[in-house]
Amino acid sequence: MNLSWMAWTLPTALFFGGIVLLLAAMALWARLRPANTPRIGILGLATQRGDRLFLALLGSAFIHLGWAAWAPLPLFVGSLISLVYAALVFRFV
Amino acid sequence: MKPVNHKAWWLVLPVLVLVAFSALIPLMTVVNYSFQDTFGNNQFFWAGTVWYEQVLNSERFWNALGRSFAFSTIILAIEIPLGVFIALHMPRKGIGVAFCLVLMSLPLLIPWNVVGTIWQVFGRVDIGLLGGALAAIGVDYNYVQDPVDAWATLIIMDVWHWTSLVVLLAYAGLAAIPEDYYRAANIDGASGWAVFRYIQLPKIMHVLTIAVLLRFMDSFMIYTEPFVVTGGGPGNSTTFLSIDLVQIAIGQFDLGPAAAMSIIYFFIILTFSWVFYAVMTRDPDAGQQVVENSEGEAGK
Repeated sequence: MNLSWMAWTLPTALFFGGIVLLLAAMALWARLRPANTPRIGILGLATQRGDRLFLALLGSAFIHLGWAAWAPLPLFVGSLISLVYAALVFRFV
Repeated sequence: MKPVNHKAWWLVLPVLVLVAFSALIPLMTVVNYSFQDTFGNNQFFWAGTVWYEQVLNSERFWNALGRSFAFSTIILAIEIPLGVFIALHMPRKGIGVAFCLVLMSLPLLIPWNVVGTIWQVFGRVDIGLLGGALAAIGVDYNYVQDPVDAWATLIIMDVWHWTSLVVLLAYAGLAAIPEDYYRAANIDGASGWAVFRYIQLPKIMHVLTIAVLLRFMDSFMIYTEPFVVTGGGPGNSTTFLSIDLVQIAIGQFDLGPAAAMSIIYFFIILTFSWVFYAVMTRDPDAGQQVVENSEGEAGK
């Protein structure tokens, strides 16, 4: 099967592989330590782990977009900020 | 404890396969394109984040985004209250129910390009009924040359096409309210506004959530109707994000910038969908319930 039209590259393949691993890790976490009770965080919304992962990923996407477009520093700095942001989301949201 | 039967997952498999082919694989491909440049013939060159930088720093993108937001805001502000108002005044019993439901469904059955063609002809000053009638009463209306007229035409067209969806959803929500609520309100001497504010509106809030979500996403992605009616003009006055995207991707064959724009577009839609969903489905008692659950579990 010829998949050249999908224009795969190593960085994008690693990115999607990372997302799949993240979802697998979340599934494993839910299996080992189930947490079915939602939590009210600083947004005033009842969120579970999946919601917090979604918010962490979505926010990280915007941080990367903003960083790529307007920040003078390399993109990995934006990635580090995203990691901090994700940790804050999991702790406080 | 009852054993969990995981066989049901197999029933979900066809949907997963369908979603993979219709959404995930195209999305992954667009992500791949957004980091590369191509001159066709399946030859790609790594470009990094240059397309994202270019799109996010272009005035053209922000103008198109602003127009899309303005359009969605205006049609939501009209269609949601109007849809609820019509649903409240539709008959609940008798032959009028079927008549109204069929009447309301008719605009929804018409394909987008046909709706665009209908309104393109309808609004023309030389042969259209609307354009001709307005010209006859002395209104200077020309959607081909005047941006305000073009916007008004598109908004009225969308309201005509899609308010029915809000009506049908709101009507379904209203029909599901048990009669006991109205009897209790009647005994208490509640006014019509009080019945709407404290019984009907809370009861239809969930279907309105769906209506707002569907209409926002649909109007934010609108392409066919404005393309057929105005083609994005006059000038760029009705060039929404979707029209601009197609111009870049197909008109100019700039797949890299178009893919980057698509990804940004996707994130915006995803964010707004989540915000709408989170705000409108927020249970005011959720905090209390969570606290009670936690206390219950702690006591075990």
